[in-house]
Order: sequence, then structure tokens, then C-alpha cells
Amino acid sequence: MSSESLSTFESSVPGAVHRTTAADADAALAEAIEDPAVGTALPYDDVSLSEPVDTDPSPSALESAATGVTPAALGIADYGTVTIPSGGAGDELVSLYTPRHVAVVAASDVVPDMPTAYERLGEDFAAGMDTQILATGPSATADMGTLVQGVHGPSETHVVVLEDR
Amino acid sequence: MSSRRDTAERLRRLMATEGDAVAQNTRTVNQLSDYAIQRFDDYEDLRDAAREIKESAIANLPDLIDEVTEAVEANGGQVHVAQTADDANRIVESIMADRDAEKLVKSKSMTTEEIDVNDHLEAGGYEVVETDLGEYVIQLADEAPSHLIGPAMHRSPEDIADLFNSEFDLDEDLSGDPNELTEFARERVGKHIREADVGMTGANFVVAESGTLMLVTNEGNARKTAVTPDTHVAVAGIEKLVPSLADLQPFTELIARTGTGQDITSYVSLLTPPVDTPIPDFEADEMRSADDREFHLVLLDNGRMGMREDDDLRETLYCIRCGACSNACSNFQAVGGHGFGGETYTGGIGTGWEAGVHDLQSADEMNDLCTGCSRCEPKCPVEIDIPWVNTVVRDRINHQGEGDDFEFLVEGLTPDEEPAGLDLQKRLFGNVETLAKVGSLAPGLSNAVAGSRPGKWVLEQAFGVDPRRDLPEFADETLREWYGARGAQVTDPDRDVVLYPDVYTDYFDPGRGKAAVRVLESLGVRVHIPAVPESGRAPFSQGMIETAREQAEAVHGALVTHIDDGRDVVVIEPSDLAMFRRDYEHLLPERSAERLAENTYDVMEYVFGLLDNGADGDALDVPGDDGDAGVAYHSHCQQRTMGVDEYTETVLSDLGYSVRTSDVECCGMAGSFGYKSEYYEVSMDVGKHLHDDLGAVEDERLVASGTSCQEQLDVLYERGVPHPVELIAPR
Ligand code: SF4
Repeated sequence: MSSESLSTFESSVPGAVHRTTAADADAALAEAIEDPAVGTALPYDDVSLSEPVDTDPSPSALESAATGVTPAALGIADYGTVTIPSGGAGDELVSLYTPRHVAVVAASDVVPDMPTAYERLGEDFAAGMDTQILATGPSATADMGTLVQGVHGPSETHVVVLEDR
Repeated sequence: MSSRRDTAERLRRLMATEGDAVAQNTRTVNQLSDYAIQRFDDYEDLRDAAREIKESAIANLPDLIDEVTEAVEANGGQVHVAQTADDANRIVESIMADRDAEKLVKSKSMTTEEIDVNDHLEAGGYEVVETDLGEYVIQLADEAPSHLIGPAMHRSPEDIADLFNSEFDLDEDLSGDPNELTEFARERVGKHIREADVGMTGANFVVAESGTLMLVTNEGNARKTAVTPDTHVAVAGIEKLVPSLADLQPFTELIARTGTGQDITSYVSLLTPPVDTPIPDFEADEMRSADDREFHLVLLDNGRMGMREDDDLRETLYCIRCGACSNACSNFQAVGGHGFGGETYTGGIGTGWEAGVHDLQSADEMNDLCTGCSRCEPKCPVEIDIPWVNTVVRDRINHQGEGDDFEFLVEGLTPDEEPAGLDLQKRLFGNVETLAKVGSLAPGLSNAVAGSRPGKWVLEQAFGVDPRRDLPEFADETLREWYGARGAQVTDPDRDVVLYPDVYTDYFDPGRGKAAVRVLESLGVRVHIPAVPESGRAPFSQGMIETAREQAEAVHGALVTHIDDGRDVVVIEPSDLAMFRRDYEHLLPERSAERLAENTYDVMEYVFGLLDNGADGDALDVPGDDGDAGVAYHSHCQQRTMGVDEYTETVLSDLGYSVRTSDVECCGMAGSFGYKSEYYEVSMDVGKHLHDDLGAVEDERLVASGTSCQEQLDVLYERGVPHPVELIAPR
């Protein structure tokens, strides 16, 4: 990651970006999260989701949550995209069924462009992380005559960037 | 005859009911997409890469099918290769039965439309619900999709509200507020997804090495459809296979830009099913283990292997169905996919798909709506020559043609290569040169007949020429007659050129030819105007490929010694230039086509080159002090595709004119299209759009490069519209 990529990423994400450090992550997460919240475990040293974020939600908890928090494997600067690896913890459901999705990405995982992103995806896939969603902003439709945000997926997206991870 | 009238009536009705919504939606997306492409530097490089990937994937298709089968099975899924639509439906139905399923939810997929899986499953007693909101709307309305990616784009919000109000027993009627409609539909659809036993998706791409599916969506319904029920069935045409994950990169960057005008869609899912996501059981309110997931990939052939063997239809298989060619198409913008569509597929490339997966019959009606304007080509992310696909299909349809009562009228007019039963209208417009030669023997008489009521009646009855159109009038003296008598007037030339005497300039509008001669001579060029046959554009546009090929060979023969002699070929009519530069690659051996392509120039491009190389332009007509500097210029569609329109603008601006240009790319006339009685109204609808775009032209000169454009603008603005070269010709 270069600082240039990071600032490009920040400006191209269609939604709020919270830059923080591992030490301050709790505060940044609290700012991004609206309760009730569900989430999947974060793989970053010294950063974790704490109560009241439900990390083992039932389908009904999933449906009634206001926020879903998941880690992102990559940030793609040119597009403001995050990739959501969909593993056994249910990241796909958490990031999809809630009206607000908060993706947490390590600054070191922010790549400049799509070719670099695909190189990384290639490595991930080979290592077994072979389902990922490239998500860019809220879900949307123009089928009803004009652009409407928030259809089957979130209507609002936030990205928390861990600058020292 | 009645069929022409039926066609006209059908298109008129569509324009009245769906035209406004389609026009607004397609034109907006087309502009967004132009803008997205402009801002993207890698566009051309990635198109080349995408094209190469598709070419090699289709070449290696049998291997890729084996590879993906292995990969999916290793992942724990199953692959079914379906030869036909029926096979595919049987496979899906047996999966439903095996899983004891009742309800299937679907995300948008044209391939499942192609096999009519909904009808099939419903007949088997299953419930099927579309989850893409546009698809949901047309499922309720029992309609076919009107666009590859915007299936309900022919409906306004008010239409949709009416539909929901009549379908559902609501306490309070919905208004046409898009937010409210979206909310309403997502609630209904969301419930179906939670209850469903099986989720069916298509796939934009399938990666052979890993069994990964790529799904490109905005709503998120495909994500939910794939992971909420425990059983996922993906139906994909075999052409969706690419070798490796890395191959997806160019497509990821292209598909939204050309398709929706976004840089990227909200979601690009790279799923390798069966996925690890736990299964949410909303009824029991518990998460079940992902081990219970089942995945089936149904790979559909349904004619595709045949297309793969077909040298002309093969490139249709490269299509990633982004819909850009529909949005860029003036006629599609006017009538939408219910007019410009076959059984399943819509728009320019729809013809290739219909001919390949259904039959020529299903491609027939829509095929005529492609005028060959070529504006779709630069928008195609995989560089498909869409007009060529349409020309080939038209040629094949011609060869299926039936006889006609009026055949005696044109006996001997059509070369042997074309079928005896060829539609008379096509023969008329495909043989313009013969007609012109005959007509010009007695121009006064021909004009009188063509303009008379009985003359117009015969033209309409026999040839489908719309009586509301005036056919161009023969000039008293052809360009070549004039030039033969006058001779070249440059004795010590800097260069020698051939001015190509296209049929229209030669017989009908020698004025623009004379202007070109005077301009070129004033710049020190000696002009030659030999007899050169019609370029083949006329028969080509009627799908008479063999006739066009003969013409191309004859043109090559007539020009090649001039070219070898160092003479450049200067062309006034853009549609002929496009033949020489682009379409001849399909008609002539490669080297011959290249030679012509490299040595032919648009007349204003040539003038630009001469001035740029230091020729003295003092004699050219420049605006005077009397305020005649304003020019409104409409360039020709094919000029735009070739990128030569800018020379006209530059030359005029450099000479002191103040030039504004039309943004609308097609005038609607498109050669013979606007003359045909069944398409007259579509042509005028497109023309009206151009008129709205250019607006009032009062204190300006109105000029256009193409013959058809000139004629259409003549009518729209009720004045003679010259070629730009006439503006600058020395007085
Ligand atoms: S032919 Fe090209 S532009 Fe048209 S839908 Fe297919 S990929 Fe898109």
C-alpha cells in the first residue's frame, strides 16, 4: 500500500471512510456501527469486535440487525471497492442482510488497481479463500424508474481502514 | 404488402406505448457509458485483452468443459451439460424433485429466459419467483424482457404502479414513486427468497480451472439467491467459460462501463460453490451447516457448438451481454426490445443469438432494424462486428425468401448470386446503380414517373417505398459527364487523386462532386474521375453479400492501377468510404482490402491533410463579414465510427467558421431504411430526436456529410442541406 493508494481509496469509496489505528479501532467502530449489530470475527492483531456486536447471529438476529461488520480481504483504490471473503463464519450473510455494512480493511491490504487486486485474489483462491465478493457502495436498482439505493443488500456502506495493519 | 403494413402498425404501437420510457432509459445509459469510457484510459487495451480471452476460450471450449467439470466435482458440486433447452429443463426439474422442492427463486439470467425454464417449472407444479426487480415486474406482467440488462425498461414508474395495484389487493394504491415501488417489491421478493428451497442464478462468467462463477449485479438479489436456499443451480451457456481467474480482470473493468455506465457494479461476486456460508433457515430460526449445501452447474449448448463451427456467427459467442449495443442504437432507442428483439434476445447482437440458438425465423423481424450505422461497434467490450453479424443473418434470411407477384418487374435486375425469391424491396435498394443508369438516360421522364401518383403507387406496392418520401431526383448531367467535358484544370499538379464518383453524387447530386473538384484543384491537386462501380454498399446493406463481393472486386479492379500509380482515392460519401476502409475486409482477400483501406480518404480528411502539409488554402471560401460564420454540422454515423468526422470540424474551424455539432449519432434515414414504408415512422422518430438535439438552425448554415443525412435534414428543416465541401468550395 502506498499513501497515494490509500488516499485514492478513501476518495473513491462510495460511503463513509473511517481512518483509524488498531489502538483506536474500538472508537472508530463504535462511530460506524448502529445497534443492533451483527458481525464476523476480525483477523487483525489487537482488534476485535466486542459486545454488543453479535458474532454468532441467528437468522432472526440477522434480519433485525441495523449493522453488519465484516473484515475485507482487499481494498481496491481505483474503484473504492472492498472484497468480502465469504467463509464459514457467515460474512456473506452479515454483509448482505443488514441495511448498513461496515467493512474493516487493513491499510496494507489496499491495492492500487484491478490487475493488482486480481493477483492477490489469485493467491487467496489458491489458498482456499475461493469465494469473495467485490463490493462497491450500497446495493441499488434503476428498475423502478430512477436510481434507488438499498434493495436486497445494504443501503449504506462504511469502510474502516486500519492504518497500522 | 399487408405484412409491411402490419410491421409499420406494430412498430407504431410500440413507439406510442413504450417508446418514451425506452428512449429515456437507453439514451441516459448510453451517455453515462460514453462518459465512463472517456474517463477510462485502459479501455482499448482491455477490449483487446477481452477479445483475445474470448477467442481462445471458444477455440478451446471442449477442453474447458472437461476442466470445469473436474473442478466443480472436486469442490463437491455437479455439472450437467444440456444439449438442448428441453434437456436443461429436464435436468432442473429433476433437481427440484430430488430436493423435494416446491419453490425456486431466480436471479436475472437471459440464458434461463432462452430455455423458458419458468414456464416449464410452473407446468410441473413448481412456484418460480424472479428476484431481480425488473424481472419481477415483467414476470407479473407476463411479458418478455425488453433489454438484455434492463428487462423492464419499457415501463415507466406509473405503469409499474398500475401493474402492482392491479395484481395485489392493496389497502392503499401505490403511486409511481420509485422509492416506494422498490420498497414494496423488495419486501415481497425478500419473503420469497427466505422461503425458497432452491436458488437459481445465471453466470456472467464461469472459471474452468476453479469452478468459480462471476455474477455481476447491483441489487444484491443474486447474492441472496445463491446463498439463502441450501440448493444452488446455476444455468450458463457454455460460452461463459474462461480458463482462469485472472481472465476475469478485464471483464470486471469493462462490463459495467459499457453496460450501465458505472465504473463497477455494486457487486461482482466470485463464488466457488458449494460455498462455505452457513445456511440460514428462517423458518426454524437457526443456521444450518454448509455441509448441507448442494450445487449444480447446468451448462447449456442449445446451438452454441454449431455457432462455434460457423465462421460468421462465432463471434456472437464472445458477447458478454452487456446491452451496450442496444443502448447505442438509434432504432433500438425508438422501438425498444419488443420491436428490436426475437424470441429471447434483443438489440443488435440479438440477431446473432436468435439465429444461433433459435432459428432464422426468430431473427427475421428484428434483423431489418439494423441499418449498419456501426455506432454500436466502439461500445462493444469484446469488439464484435455487430453490423456484419446482422448482414450475414440478413443474407441467410434472403436465401430463405419466397417468390412475389411483382417478380416480372425486376427480372434480370438481380445477379444470379441472390435468390430468385429475394424480397423486391431489397432488390430495388440493392441495385441502385442499375436503376440509376437506366433512370439517368432520360432524367426528366424518370423524375416525373417517380414523383407521379401512379409512379409512387407502383413504388409502394411493388417495392415498399413509402409514398411520404420523395425519391432523389436525377440531375440533368452526371458528375462524370460534366467532368469529361470540362477536363482537369491543374497542369502542374503537386498530387494526383481519384475522386470516387459514388452513385448519389454522380447521378443525383453532382453539385457536391463539382465542389470537391474545385476545392482539390485550388489546393494544387489534379483530379481524375474514372468510371468506378458502386462500392457494394447498397447490396451489402440489403444482405446481398455475394453481389456486394462482386462489386468490391470490380471496385478493386478499377482503382488498383490508380493506387499503384501513386494516386490517393478521395471519397465524398461516408458510407462508401466505410465500405473501402472497413467492410471490404469481409469481402476481399486481406491484401486487397488493406490496400484500399490504406489509400482511401474522406474528402474533408484529405483537405485537412493537404492544408496541414502546407497547401495554400487562400482560394477556399471563408466566412465573410456578413455574419455567415455559424455552421451546424451533422456528421455521418460511419464517419464517427471511423473517427474521421473531426477533420470536417477542424477544417471548418481553421477557416474561421464557428462550428457546432450534433450529439445524436444517427439521422434515422440510414440509406434506404427511411424509404421503406414499414420503417418510415421509426425513421422519422429517430430524425425528430436529431432535430431536438440540433435545435433551431436560423442564422447558421446547416451541413451534413452523408447523402441520407442530407435528405433527412432536408425534410426536417425544410431546406437544402449541402455537404461541408460545398461550403468551402472557391466561388
Ligand atoms: S454484442 Fe458487445 S455490446 Fe452488444 S451486448 Fe454483446 S458484448 Fe455488449
